[in-house]
Amino acid sequence: MRRQIPLMLVLVLGIFFFIQFFVPSRLSTNIYQVSLQWLILISAFAIVLAIGSLVNHHLLKIKRRREHWPYSYATLAGLVVMSLLGILGRFPGLGLLDEIYYRLYLFVQAPMDAAMFAILAFYMASASYRAFRARSKEALLLLVSGFFIMLGVIPLGALIWDRIPDIAEWIMMVPNMAAKRGILFGVGLGITATSLKIILGIERSWLGGGGK
Amino acid sequence: MRSITVIGLILLGSAAALTQPMPAAPADPAPPPVQPPGLVTAMDTPNDAGNSISVDWRPSPDEAQGLVEGYVVYRSESAEAPESLWTRVGYVPYGLNQSRDQSVPENGMDFFYRVRVVSRLGASAVSQASNPARSSEQWYNSMRTNALIASLLFVAIVVYFITMAQKGQHLFVRRIAGLSAVEEAVGRATEMGRPILFVPGLSSISDVATIAALNILGQVAKKTAEYDTPLLVPNRDPVVYTVAQEVVKEAYSEIGRPDAYNHDSVFYLTDSQMGFASGVDGIMTRERPATNFFMGMFWAESLILAETGAATGAIQIAGTDAIHQLPFFITACDYTLIGEELYAASAYLARDPKLLGTLKGQDWSKALIVLLLVAGLALSLINPGVRGFILNILTVG
Repeated sequence: MRRQIPLMLVLVLGIFFFIQFFVPSRLSTNIYQVSLQWLILISAFAIVLAIGSLVNHHLLKIKRRREHWPYSYATLAGLVVMSLLGILGRFPGLGLLDEIYYRLYLFVQAPMDAAMFAILAFYMASASYRAFRARSKEALLLLVSGFFIMLGVIPLGALIWDRIPDIAEWIMMVPNMAAKRGILFGVGLGITATSLKIILGIERSWLGGGGK
Repeated sequence: MRSITVIGLILLGSAAALTQPMPAAPADPAPPPVQPPGLVTAMDTPNDAGNSISVDWRPSPDEAQGLVEGYVVYRSESAEAPESLWTRVGYVPYGLNQSRDQSVPENGMDFFYRVRVVSRLGASAVSQASNPARSSEQWYNSMRTNALIASLLFVAIVVYFITMAQKGQHLFVRRIAGLSAVEEAVGRATEMGRPILFVPGLSSISDVATIAALNILGQVAKKTAEYDTPLLVPNRDPVVYTVAQEVVKEAYSEIGRPDAYNHDSVFYLTDSQMGFASGVDGIMTRERPATNFFMGMFWAESLILAETGAATGAIQIAGTDAIHQLPFFITACDYTLIGEELYAASAYLARDPKLLGTLKGQDWSKALIVLLLVAGLALSLINPGVRGFILNILTVG
């Protein structure tokens, strides 16, 4: 019964929302909108569980003195401080807390995010180095294509030979686009097939372990 | 002395000018008239939920001269209504000659429309009232008939192959290197006594790639339960976290080792994209997992994760349908499931005939699409006029 109810719900709602896509009436669109609001509600409940997991995970780490356990205090402190500032700052007369929350976000969290993102540039360089080592025919093809693309998008490329930007554009618009579209066809059918498998109850791994 | 005299004369001249009466400012000339738009037609917007009427008109002849700035659309309950009873319902700039009134107060009631052209110089002229039009809601979107037919055809093909598989027909599925390596990757982690890291993407549960990732997680968790290998599943989305937890727990139960399930193995990290990447990088460098799985939807963090994993020496198996992240995974990981292989993974690993049937259905549908593409290409080469017709057939409204 524990499995039958979710399977039944998925079957009924899956078929309903499949039909809903073809029915533009007010009732149909309203039901769809309400279902989206339900999703938000469910997410709100799930976030409580997620925060519980985060707190448990770090408390356990501190308790068991796992490697780098003192950093867990920083995580928990960040969670408590930012939550309190965010919640209390909304109350009248406590605008200062909201301001502190905003500044912590702007001057601490945002730069840390940006720093992490910036690391990507270095990783790209090391990954490109590996990808462009011409150890096979495919890698050689990649190297040549990459050479033209990189030269084609900078002014130096056109200075060397004015056809280089055209070659770069052709590589992007013809072979690259063809490959992308081929992958997208497969992805589209894969998504439809996965949805169908779940709606028909053939795929049950999402229920846990693909049980019978 | 002479300069003082000159300055004095200038000042005197200025004073004399100030005492003169000011000439009257010339009145602004009336802007040149503009010709009104031609025939205005109104009709119910097709395939919608009602309360919407589409209006189109013939542009003002002055638009070709570049004199027109735009068109204002008005609605009224009567064609003969006085000016004050016409409600403004839209504005479109020059170059466009249609508008959609989505604020029709009542379905089934006649409304009339007029269009006022506004010139760049401020003149305006209003058209004749349109024909009466009434909005209504539809119960079937005829512009999606092609999608309906394609979906039903796809379902029929898939159901056919499932039936064939259930009857015991052997279905050949090509070897997917990344999935064949799963067993080996889990075995390696077991031998090394290190954990396995599984990241189910950074997207929400409404993304089918995430569901595909969770399906693979179920299969991987069964193997880790069998070998008693520690599993780490960090999550970015709270709903995905709760589902992942259930998937792993059930996988352990199914293998008959519910006691081996560690509640702390599936955990929530953070909602922040780069925060999550940083957290997973930290896990990889501290815990040194022997195998990393990156399955599902990824964005800019894909390379950050995969490169860190590669630096730790882990075997890495990635799978995503995000085509812009595929090159990064292919470069930095040992195996990559490209696009649809991610969706095929669960069937491939489970070897359930019904699931394999759906794979065959997918393949045949793909073959059908390729056939249609070739046929469409050939037809449009033979007769270029057919191209528009083919594109119309393929457009979903």
